[in-house]
Amino acid sequence: MALIEISKVTKLYNSGVEIIEALRGIDISIETGEFITIMGQSGSGKSTLLSVLGGMNHPTAGDVKMAGIAIYQLPGEKLADFRAQNLGFVFQSFHLISYLTAIENVMLPLAIIQMSSAAKKTAARTALERVGLGNKLDRLPNQLSGGEQERVAIARAIVNNPHILLADEPTGNLDSKTSEEVMALFRELNCAGQTVVMVTHNPENGKYADRTINLKDGRVG
Amino acid sequence: MKLHTISINNLKRRKAKMAFLTIGLTVGIATIVTLVTLTSSMSSDIERKMDEFGANILITPQNNGLSMNYGGISLGGVTFDQRDILEVDLAKIRTIANNKNISAVAPKVLGGIQIGGHNVLLVGVNFDNELKIKQWWKIFGEAPTRGNELLLGSDASKVLNVGSGDSVTIKNEVFKVVGVLEQTGSQDDALVFVNLLKAQKILGKEGKITLAEVAALCSGCPIGDMVTQIAEKLPDAKVAAIQQVVEGRLKALDQFKRFSYAMAGVVIFIGSLIVFVTMMGSVNERTTEIGVFRAIGFRKSHIMRIILLEAAMVSLLAGFLGYVVGMGGAKLALPFMAESKNALLIWNSTVAFGSVGLALALGVLASLYPALHASKMDPIESLRAL
Repeated sequence: MALIEISKVTKLYNSGVEIIEALRGIDISIETGEFITIMGQSGSGKSTLLSVLGGMNHPTAGDVKMAGIAIYQLPGEKLADFRAQNLGFVFQSFHLISYLTAIENVMLPLAIIQMSSAAKKTAARTALERVGLGNKLDRLPNQLSGGEQERVAIARAIVNNPHILLADEPTGNLDSKTSEEVMALFRELNCAGQTVVMVTHNPENGKYADRTINLKDGRVG
Repeated sequence: MKLHTISINNLKRRKAKMAFLTIGLTVGIATIVTLVTLTSSMSSDIERKMDEFGANILITPQNNGLSMNYGGISLGGVTFDQRDILEVDLAKIRTIANNKNISAVAPKVLGGIQIGGHNVLLVGVNFDNELKIKQWWKIFGEAPTRGNELLLGSDASKVLNVGSGDSVTIKNEVFKVVGVLEQTGSQDDALVFVNLLKAQKILGKEGKITLAEVAALCSGCPIGDMVTQIAEKLPDAKVAAIQQVVEGRLKALDQFKRFSYAMAGVVIFIGSLIVFVTMMGSVNERTTEIGVFRAIGFRKSHIMRIILLEAAMVSLLAGFLGYVVGMGGAKLALPFMAESKNALLIWNSTVAFGSVGLALALGVLASLYPALHASKMDPIESLRAL
């Protein structure tokens, strides 16, 4: 059984003037341990697809199953719990919390988990060491470079050992050298068994992935 | 890392806004504490004054008399069917519903006698109760403690030409004058006071009294109700309140109380608005942050807890500061507001806990909508990037 199964997913937006079809009957299957990049032009629907995969955007039609669970049929706040336990997010603009230090930012997903403070700290430190920032635990985001902020965001996404790591244009705000370092880090995580689904517009990033899904006008091209 | 870590760190980051919120709430709570404390301190001051002033309910025998006054000149009266009050019946006064408001009951028996060829009015009193009611009495000498001891009014002392240490004879019985009252400007100056039992014996009114004064004043006392209650217990007596004094003072205090409550209401409303606007602004500024929280799996209830925790911490601080500042304000204002300059400031634990509790309730309630608004934010809309 595939880790992620998307069947006939359609997403419509009502702009008030017209109905926009962001996704048109998408079928995708992703296996455990795969590194997938989703590519396409602006407006192709790749970010919408990632948000649907991330359990944050109810599809207008179709099913999204993760490890056999139809996530959009989960009752009440169970979908939030599912995100907390199974998914890790890396955002394009990092979205680190400005008033929390690097280690506190990484500990954020653990704030809602029953765990001792010491265990939380150890997990966060381990995650930061994995991304090469073991010596900058107490820095605030504005005391870190763009690449370092991206690494903190990645550490935050993997601190709770998620089944799936979702990344939206993670190199979009980085220079080419730092982009390569970040992509190498994603590859390294994937080699350690982490399933990665990444939206990117940079064809160069495709070489790190096992497979690339091309989207065009809301359809798999 | 726990949810309160996020709240505390956010408060530290937004120092200026949170200081503004704290000051706003502190001023509100301080105003309420000042008003409440002033009101209770002034009430207490008036109560003390009332106690000093003396009795405010008068119990006299019921009669079918007609007073004969013309132009303010009393010409005596025509009285028939005079009924006495029995001393034992006075115990019933202590059984009324508002008995806790009674501070003293002072029975008296009155009758005319002759001392050294002068006609004087003899008043039998229970000195313990009488001195409680008439705190303004100043005695040269001491108050009588035995049956054959007398206390003279200042005029009586002059007319009879006797003072402390002298003896007088009443109906062949020798009495020692142990004290003389300083001039009071009242009817007391012309009276001769003796122990109640002795007076009843001299006047042939054993077990009976002529009138009784009741001291039952306090700011919240329902004097009218108490008069009715006593009248029901003593159907043969005429019970009347010294209305003017009671009503005048209590009305003034009641007006101040109403003003205080109105002010407190306005302050609470403004305080709520300050909290609401500040917290709403804070939530709107943190849209992206809230989007991140939601995306990484925070429940709506987690978001609400973060916002409400912040409000609660600021409110608790404001409540404490508001109490301290408010009590300081009350201490400064009391000498100008109270009737006496030595009015005492009332330190009430209910006000202390109440002010902190009120601040907490106000802060949390006014933050409920902003917290709810934050929890309902769509993570996609909040993050925009996705």
